[in-house]
Amino acid sequence: MVAQFVGMPRKGFFTDTSVCIGCKACEVACKEWNAVPEDGLRLTGMSFDNTGKLNADSWRHVAFVERPGDQETGEGLRWLMASDVCKHCTHAACLDVCPTGALVRTEFGTVVVQEDVCNGCGYCVPACPFGVIAQREEDGRVWKCTLCYDRIGDGQTPACAKACPTESIQFGDLDELRERAAHRVARLQADGVPQARLYGEDPADGVGGTGAFFLLLDEPEAYGFPPDPVVTTRDLPSMWRHAAVAAAALVAGVAAAFVGRRP
Amino acid sequence: MTSTAPRSSQSGRNAGARRRDGFRERSMVPRAEFASYYGRPVLHQPTWSARDIASYLFLGGLAGASSLLGAGAHATGRPALARASKLAAAGAIGLSAAALVHDLGRPARFANMLRVFKPTSPMSVGSWLLAGYGPMAFGAALCDATGRLPRAGALATTGAAAFGPGIAAYTAVLVADTAVPAWHEGYRELPFVFVGSAAASAGGLGMAAAPARQAGPARRAALLGAATELAATETMRRRLGFVAEPYRTGTGGRLLRAARLLAAAGAIGTATVARRSRVGAVLSGLALLAGSAATRFGVFHAGVESTRDPKYVVRPQRERLSTALSTVDGNG
Repeated sequence: MVAQFVGMPRKGFFTDTSVCIGCKACEVACKEWNAVPEDGLRLTGMSFDNTGKLNADSWRHVAFVERPGDQETGEGLRWLMASDVCKHCTHAACLDVCPTGALVRTEFGTVVVQEDVCNGCGYCVPACPFGVIAQREEDGRVWKCTLCYDRIGDGQTPACAKACPTESIQFGDLDELRERAAHRVARLQADGVPQARLYGEDPADGVGGTGAFFLLLDEPEAYGFPPDPVVTTRDLPSMWRHAAVAAAALVAGVAAAFVGRRP
Repeated sequence: MTSTAPRSSQSGRNAGARRRDGFRERSMVPRAEFASYYGRPVLHQPTWSARDIASYLFLGGLAGASSLLGAGAHATGRPALARASKLAAAGAIGLSAAALVHDLGRPARFANMLRVFKPTSPMSVGSWLLAGYGPMAFGAALCDATGRLPRAGALATTGAAAFGPGIAAYTAVLVADTAVPAWHEGYRELPFVFVGSAAASAGGLGMAAAPARQAGPARRAALLGAATELAATETMRRRLGFVAEPYRTGTGGRLLRAARLLAAAGAIGTATVARRSRVGAVLSGLALLAGSAATRFGVFHAGVESTRDPKYVVRPQRERLSTALSTVDGNG
């Protein structure tokens, strides 16, 4: 659960990909402000996307999606751009599984790594259903978007949102962003963009809704998002029950091995 | 989610790949076509190294079950089996601790594991279990080997046996409590795979190290364990359907096939020659140990593989969504 701090509305991002122009100003601004190291200078050769994915050294990632046309509907090729970021989940698996308490929920409802506590166990990395948090090899610890914890604590806008020239990335109180997004998606659909949909805004989804959510123009998986992410710890009570039964079975089995004839 | 628009060619290496998987159940599953971002993974691969963490899965199981076996042998007057089991437990848990610290990105900060206690983190629970279990296992082995402080030794033996089952079983929760499809989806069976594997290895070590006269319980524990390990692995693979593919193919599949052969060979040897022949007991025991290790490495590699290909993430989630939408009777 997200702790509710008195007078502290939960903060988040609404990334409206319908107005993203793929300029990557968000990637650059994030790197600059947070002093994030270089993430390799490779060319992927697949599109304008040479960042590839979110990583320990890439906290914003602009995806370039090419969707072929559809002859039946007469729709032409579509070129979609979207700036991905840590989702700051309501039920955050990374935070749940962190054994040291390095990952914490802030007073803004965001999820942040305390770098002076993280011991690089790596448990959060495969726990994240979105493939966001990652380990920095030369450093050993894990890193990800902090939603510019230092900036928002000072009443500022996160660097990526500040730099976005089209207001594709919007920062604010989550409640207000959700309202704005609902209007925007209704407007797009009324204007003849039936593919427009919100991703991550639903508090009833498998991660309890995300603090950073998106307006997409295609299926989530086309952008590299999981279509129905679930926080792994949802099943943890059942996992512990199964393990307890197995442990009891081990005791019973070994005890049974001592019963019976002595040689 | 209503769009069933034409899928793109971006399904890349996933579409129609892997036709030699050779399993036909679940034909209700739609063809492996789905959109992806240039075939790139949705999840990050675990950062854990197989040498450290898969070894720990094996050694932790060996230690936990050996402590149980050692306590039983201690209580029923089988000193050679008791000593072998206690020494095995201490050695295995010592190596485990070294492997776990070595795998940390910041080994010097290993003590941060005991900074908090978090039931939502199996790694935190495991750290505290190890902190309780380790000294008991060492104490039990030390007292047995030196013959000093027999009462303290008995107490430590009992203590280690109390923690042992937890040590052997919790690692299944450790791997299952992730977004890794082949691990998470197998959370019902994995604890049984792991405790079976643990009993097989501890029994195998006991009968290889102790004289046949005292090793009866080790042989029976090994047989029960190997049977449980094989049955639980097969149950898991059947239930998981499509997501079980990494357990059948690639490195994971090869290791699990080796595990099956080794466990079966070890079990047959245990049931036939291990009682009469020293060589037979040692060979059977070694086969069981190797089989148990192969199981853990197989499960580890299968999990890693299931994060590499987005189809293991997207397809089950898509099916879940369409089932929820259409309310068509699924096949479970």
